Amino acid sequence: MGWFVIRGYAILVYLFMFLPVAVVVLLSFNASQFGSFPMTGFSFRWFVELAQNEAILRAFRTSIVLGLLTALISTTLGVLASLALVRYRVPGANVVSTLLIAPILVPEVVLAVALLLFLNVLGINKSFALLLFGHVIFTLPFVILVVQARLVSIRRDVEEAAMSLGASPMQTFFQITLPLMLPAVLAGGLFAFTISFDDITGTLFWKPGGVETVPTQIFAMLRNSISPEINALGTVMIVMTVGLPLLGAAIARQLSKKSG
Amino acid sequence: MSSVTLRNVVKRFHKFTAVHKTSIEIPDGAFVTLLGPSGCGKTTNLRMIAGLLDPSEGEILIGGKRVNDVPIHKRNLGIVFQNYALFPHKTVAENVAFGLKYRDVPKSEIAGRVQKALDLVQLPHVGERYPKALSGGQQQRIALARAIVIEPDVLLLDEPLSALDANLREDMRVELKRIQDQIGVTTVFVTHDQSEALAMSDSIVVMSAGRVEQMGAPEEVYNNPASEFVANFLGASNMLPAACTATGAEGATLDVAPFGSVAVPAEKAQRLSGPGPAQLVLRAEKLAVLPEAEAPPGLLTAPARVETVDYQGQTVRYFLRLGDRQLQAINMIDERPFEQGAPVRIGFRPKDASALPTETK
Repeated sequence: MGWFVIRGYAILVYLFMFLPVAVVVLLSFNASQFGSFPMTGFSFRWFVELAQNEAILRAFRTSIVLGLLTALISTTLGVLASLALVRYRVPGANVVSTLLIAPILVPEVVLAVALLLFLNVLGINKSFALLLFGHVIFTLPFVILVVQARLVSIRRDVEEAAMSLGASPMQTFFQITLPLMLPAVLAGGLFAFTISFDDITGTLFWKPGGVETVPTQIFAMLRNSISPEINALGTVMIVMTVGLPLLGAAIARQLSKKSG
Repeated sequence: MSSVTLRNVVKRFHKFTAVHKTSIEIPDGAFVTLLGPSGCGKTTNLRMIAGLLDPSEGEILIGGKRVNDVPIHKRNLGIVFQNYALFPHKTVAENVAFGLKYRDVPKSEIAGRVQKALDLVQLPHVGERYPKALSGGQQQRIALARAIVIEPDVLLLDEPLSALDANLREDMRVELKRIQDQIGVTTVFVTHDQSEALAMSDSIVVMSAGRVEQMGAPEEVYNNPASEFVANFLGASNMLPAACTATGAEGATLDVAPFGSVAVPAEKAQRLSGPGPAQLVLRAEKLAVLPEAEAPPGLLTAPARVETVDYQGQTVRYFLRLGDRQLQAINMIDERPFEQGAPVRIGFRPKDASALPTETK
């Protein structure tokens, strides 16, 4: 009886969480102009309109470029920071580590306002570079956490063996260390991309005028009316932000199956 | 191949001194073991030779050339680690070939040399497999093949047998020695296992607390320990307080209660400077346990009582009560051991004993 209640309760929680998402996905295929039940027919109409909406396409391009650059920079910095913290004796390593992880703990609004104010004081204007900078700051902790965990599990003597066989520290990194931590590096990069791709809080503060990412574009559209296009856009977003990490996890599993 | 020399080497970590001023000479082609308990500095020495640690003071020479400032990847060493340290993402053949890539070995030659190395460690058919598909013993052989295929000047072995099962360990011990004999490379072997050290080495360096206690051939270190530490680390020894009454060319005379006067041969009493307090060192294997009534000629004997019997089949280890001291004896037996509590006679030949000055602590 007790288990029955718990199970039922758990199902209700999941329904509460995912039902709205399911509704969005369902309604994105609704033929009617008005996003409400009952559905009047199945149609890809809203996806087609989405693909013809210049503003949304522009926002998509911006988001993807921003996401890719964020992932690239965060991963590079994250790998370097992890190497320094795990492999070398850095003075104040604990403080540095905490500071690098801190953006996760600080509410994003606070972080967003702080960076904005800071740059105002310096007299720097909002720009795409600033937006990118902000995204790197709060995706970096995720990369570092993932990569550091993996790096700790790579035995030091494997690298020492490579060096004793004649590989320079640089060659050792590219031949041994990097391949061994590649699954974590890819996972970190993917994290960075998806977090950047659907971020709105920081982006609203940092984006320069006229630049829209997909989330801010949706936000702007919602202010006017709830168009069925938004449902379609939502569906595309869900596919990207859920599908990409799943794909990444599958690739990582495949890679680590080989090396163990 | 090259000799290795440590000249007045000191290694400090912050305030802790891991290796006190140490000089070790390892001749070309020799198999030298650094033996000692964990924390004695043996691995620190090995890592300094390897270039994984920088000495705080002193010089390290390989083949007569100072290598203090030569980084590890330019020292041309083969290292075998305790936990194999194979590259898990590379096949066995790629693992073995790794060092050849950095040595201008023509591509056409690599496959042949890898195969030769795999033949040498008697695993000719595993080249295509990944390390995790091999057993621990096989992985360690691959690690050895990877280290010797580059024809290193010096082979460094860091407790390579410790991660293996007891039976396998003994097989690998014989195997390792065979391969070392075959290629004749100067080898530095680090272990805490005295039987490995005795079985494999041309020369043993016994270390304790960052200092060299004794350096010498296995028989020398075993039969004529230079200190109480060495006497007890290599097997069990009994230390009996004694009074040295005379030293001379024929040896030293020690008064040991209750055995009486013991004439210790000169080469085993050379650490005594003259008459005075001393210790008689008696290996457990050299102390015979006899029936109470027996007193064979040539043996110095005393009555004792068996306290504990540790029966091991072919041999037996007795803990004996002699006055207020406990002694150990390890004897071969062919029937049944003495019973616990039995009165017995213990005895030894004077030439089996050695003498040390009393250690002040």
